[in-house]
Amino acid sequence: MKQLSRDALLRAYRRMATIRQFEERLHDEIKTGEIPGFTHLYCGQEASAVGVCEHLDDEDMIVSTHRGHGHCIAKGCDVIGMMKEIYGRRDGLCKGRGGSMHIADTAIGMLGANGIVGAGAPQAVGAAIAAKLNGKNKVAIAFSGDGACNQGTTFEAMNMAVVLKVPAIFVFENNHYSEHTGFQYAVGTAHDIASRAEAFGMKAWRANGSDFFSTYDTMGALLDYVRSGAGPAAIELDTERFYGHFEGDPQRYRGPGELDQIRADRDCLKAFRVDVTNAKQLEAGDLDAIDAEVADLIERAVQAARAAPVSEPQHVLEDVYADY
Amino acid sequence: MAIMTIRDAINRTLHEEMERDSNIILLGEDIAGGAGTAGGQEAIGGIWGTTGGLIGKFGPDRVIDTPISESAIVGAAAGAALAGKRPVAELMFSDFIGVCADQLMNQIAKFRYMFGGNTSCPVVVRLIYGAGMNAAAQHSQAFYNLLTAVPGLKVALPTTPADAKGLLTEALRGQDPVMFFEHKALFGKKGEVPDGEYRVPFGHARMAREGGDVTIVALGRMVSFAEKAADMLAAQGIGCDVIDPRTISPLDEEAILDSVEQTGRLVVVDESPPRCSLATDITALVAEKAFTSLKAPPKMVTAPHTPIPFSRELERAWLPSPEKVEAAVRDVLGRG
Repeated sequence: MKQLSRDALLRAYRRMATIRQFEERLHDEIKTGEIPGFTHLYCGQEASAVGVCEHLDDEDMIVSTHRGHGHCIAKGCDVIGMMKEIYGRRDGLCKGRGGSMHIADTAIGMLGANGIVGAGAPQAVGAAIAAKLNGKNKVAIAFSGDGACNQGTTFEAMNMAVVLKVPAIFVFENNHYSEHTGFQYAVGTAHDIASRAEAFGMKAWRANGSDFFSTYDTMGALLDYVRSGAGPAAIELDTERFYGHFEGDPQRYRGPGELDQIRADRDCLKAFRVDVTNAKQLEAGDLDAIDAEVADLIERAVQAARAAPVSEPQHVLEDVYADY
Repeated sequence: MAIMTIRDAINRTLHEEMERDSNIILLGEDIAGGAGTAGGQEAIGGIWGTTGGLIGKFGPDRVIDTPISESAIVGAAAGAALAGKRPVAELMFSDFIGVCADQLMNQIAKFRYMFGGNTSCPVVVRLIYGAGMNAAAQHSQAFYNLLTAVPGLKVALPTTPADAKGLLTEALRGQDPVMFFEHKALFGKKGEVPDGEYRVPFGHARMAREGGDVTIVALGRMVSFAEKAADMLAAQGIGCDVIDPRTISPLDEEAILDSVEQTGRLVVVDESPPRCSLATDITALVAEKAFTSLKAPPKMVTAPHTPIPFSRELERAWLPSPEKVEAAVRDVLGRG
């Protein structure tokens, strides 16, 4: 944390605050019925996405998951375009054809959120093959959860990355729930995901995914290793999901007081605030100002999404090579 | 023009296109072969002989032998395409789409449309398919119907060396994912192949025979069965149009409908079981759009609705044959 400049700290906080407020606002707006489909909120995991992506530029690539809003924002996707997409609007980031689970912006290295759990890991290996061929020292990252770590695709991808020695990075965000099932039940390797990556022959790190500095610093060491040409690597980030699997999930699987407790004890934005103000790197007022700016941005995004044009029936046939 | 086999036409096209475009990479099991063995890499050159010599010329960074991991092969191809490459993934047998269906059907087929049209995923998947080599139920199927049912995938079925070159070149120049089906019993088929750049546009059928009495639409290896039947029927004074669609997605509907409007009689020959097949698809097309031209009910010559049996006798009985096509043509003419 000492290496980070004031600007870098402000930027990281802004990204995390943007994700938090984006998701909290969606949680409220979904209740109005204006937002179609299934939405999976990233709230609580902000330090993971931002702690990873603050190390990247537009030529580094990520693939994301069904819980992808945080990865998109951390990678630099346009927040207003995202909000319009989630509202299903014609001028959304994907023209209203993708929605919450399928936001992509390949121009900035965001290769796509994905509705199929475990689909992204092999794609990151392919992107890493491309990165290696291009020879510009870029990396490709697969975000996966404690659910996707049980998919065979993830195992295949880890082995292939090791065999081909490509700069693929497997980021396992363990938020303790695969949908509605606990990781203590579903992850057979002594509840430890990183050891699986080690078993496939790659170096793995572990960090607190609810702490920006723990994630950021550990990821820095990991990236030094991968960018040196050493091959793939993995990191397991222990974190928390503040909401359910999807919006509307009654979360009957949670223990008594659990949600209050993780919000009290493992809120990465609060922790960031305490750390940087105690270390006198930023003032509380600096962070308050960002909170206010972000609130304004999110308000503008929601208003823009509400006002944005919807698609017409003939738009169904756009961007297809043939219709029958 | 040079005379060569379909196998060599594919190999030569891969050589030429990889030389032209450094973004083309190959991924698959044993496409070079021999990695990590005493025999050394390129001990095999692809079990079908289509990828021989490529690793020597383009190196292991572009000709990538993979573990047996079809989901990772096709998934990596998808990711490499999103990252700007043009991957050619080989599935040694088209039956293996069962272990990578998600990457084919939910991933590469969807990206362009689902991500708003700004992203393309130009993956070519080479799928080796077809019965006739006693490879039994899990190594003989012609699963082009399954992938044709998925919007976002183009599907090509070359049946001549020239079309193998022309369609593969076209696939490697386009922006959409292409499922390129190569029949294992056709690799040795010889024919003329144009020199230099040669492209066959998708969605344009080839008229393999013109006869005028009956329209036969045949798919893949069945084109040669239909041609044999047409020769037998010509000797009986019956003229057949034999249409090779060459690509089944997109499908040249016009060529089929034009012919049926002239002949009024349709036989479709498809090397797969009858339900939800290209045979039913093309028959439905004609029923919907050329019904009033029909002089007789269309006939479908397909395999039966069973897994593909192993023994020579059973597999022969399972497959369509020139004789079955001949009988179907006589049937639609009322001369059965």
